[in-house]
Amino acid sequence: MYDAPYTERTTAVTDVKISARDVQVYYGDNHAIKDVNVDIQDKTVTAFIGPSGCGKSTFLRCLNRMNDTIDICRVLGKIELDGEDIYDKRVDPVQLRAKVGMVFQKPNPFPKSIYDNIAYGPRIHGLAKNKAELDEIVEKSLRRGAIWDEVKDRLSEPGTGLSGGQQQRLCIARAVATEPEVLLMDEPCSALDPIATAQVEELIDELRANFSVVIVTHSMQQAARVSQKTAFFHLGNLVEYGETGKIFTNPEDPRTESYITGRIG
Amino acid sequence: MRQHIASAFDRDLEGIQAQIMKMGGLVEASIRDSITSLADRDEDLAERVRAGDKAIDALEETLNDEAARVIALRAPAASDLRVVLSVMRIAANLERIGDLTKNIAKRTGVLVHMPPVGGTGSSLKRMAREVELMLKDALDAYIQRDQALARDVIERDLDVDQMYNAMFREFLTFMLEDTRSITPCMHLHFIAKNIERMGDHATSIAEQVIYLVSGELPDEARPKSDSVASVGVDERGAGPGPEAEG
Repeated sequence: MYDAPYTERTTAVTDVKISARDVQVYYGDNHAIKDVNVDIQDKTVTAFIGPSGCGKSTFLRCLNRMNDTIDICRVLGKIELDGEDIYDKRVDPVQLRAKVGMVFQKPNPFPKSIYDNIAYGPRIHGLAKNKAELDEIVEKSLRRGAIWDEVKDRLSEPGTGLSGGQQQRLCIARAVATEPEVLLMDEPCSALDPIATAQVEELIDELRANFSVVIVTHSMQQAARVSQKTAFFHLGNLVEYGETGKIFTNPEDPRTESYITGRIG
Repeated sequence: MRQHIASAFDRDLEGIQAQIMKMGGLVEASIRDSITSLADRDEDLAERVRAGDKAIDALEETLNDEAARVIALRAPAASDLRVVLSVMRIAANLERIGDLTKNIAKRTGVLVHMPPVGGTGSSLKRMAREVELMLKDALDAYIQRDQALARDVIERDLDVDQMYNAMFREFLTFMLEDTRSITPCMHLHFIAKNIERMGDHATSIAEQVIYLVSGELPDEARPKSDSVASVGVDERGAGPGPEAEG
């Protein structure tokens, strides 16, 4: 009773899931990310915070090579997932993205049924041998997305007919359907109301048991609530990276202090 | 440090810090007045000290309300959070010092009707003066975010402890020499103990200054000289009394 833990702040594992070394990103001549070195832990929620244009989303998108689709974007340095260079020529970006899933700011369900939204990924990656297995994956994913009870009787209805918060949880369920190892979330709650936000945050905390979650957020309170590790970006630099409780009570860098106390925007 | 983007936040934080200074001023005066009332055998002044404690208590309540409001509305982080937390703790320390001065005034009300004992008045006054200075410096250190001054205050608590130890022995001697002096000496001893406790509260305020500036409380390595608690039966057969009530 006396040594009952506070809200779980520490992580049981310290395994490094993603390791970034001397990462530079250029958009044409614009040096957007400068010398970023960071080790992202497994089974941990890591929050990226920083003012607009600081590079946090750009860096997040490097982690599953979403920047490949931008012609003028160049990524230098090394990013390893479980010790393997994800920018190696032999790596298929599509396979990489099955392992490193992503959820975006605006819920973007496919214009298909709720069932097919989830089944799409497992089908193209051949994760189910038959209909029964696929049904199982769909149910498991929707349960992980904390939306099963709300949609189980209307799986054939279009995903776009759900409310905003439900759509976002559907997208999270879709992202976890391919059994990724890392889940990247770019402002997943900024289009949601406070109740839906709380549901997604609760979901993120549950997902931590199985995945490494990296979340970009403009809400410092959200970063403080959901993450165990926080990284502060400013003008393309990773200024400070550490335990979330430490960052929000006693940060080391004056720029971090200024940002989290609302002194620079 | 630069201003917040939300300037109302700056006003809130300045507001609670101004309140702490106001409360500190009242408490310093209360220390001075309580000990003056004892030295001058001034019952009216003692009565004013007792009445004045209400204002100190009221300020603490206001401060806690304001601090709770800032936490709820502004969600302060990092140094802002430490300002709010330290303000609440310092307010509690000041309130306790206020209670101790009130207790001194109460005992003064009794002592003025008894014959004076020895030359203990000036020792008590010197000790109270030292504690008042410690408090003043701790509050200055707070406003100036001066860690060095705060450390100095923490060091000086040792002197106060030693003064108290010396007085304890002095009172013991008086009581052994003349049993009729036991009642006034017990009151005087509690007064000395109260002043010693005020020194501890001033020290605690100084520690909050270090917490506010550095984010960490100082190590528990400060000098201590509480020899009274270990005075044994073989020596004089007396131990320290219970702590003063408010």
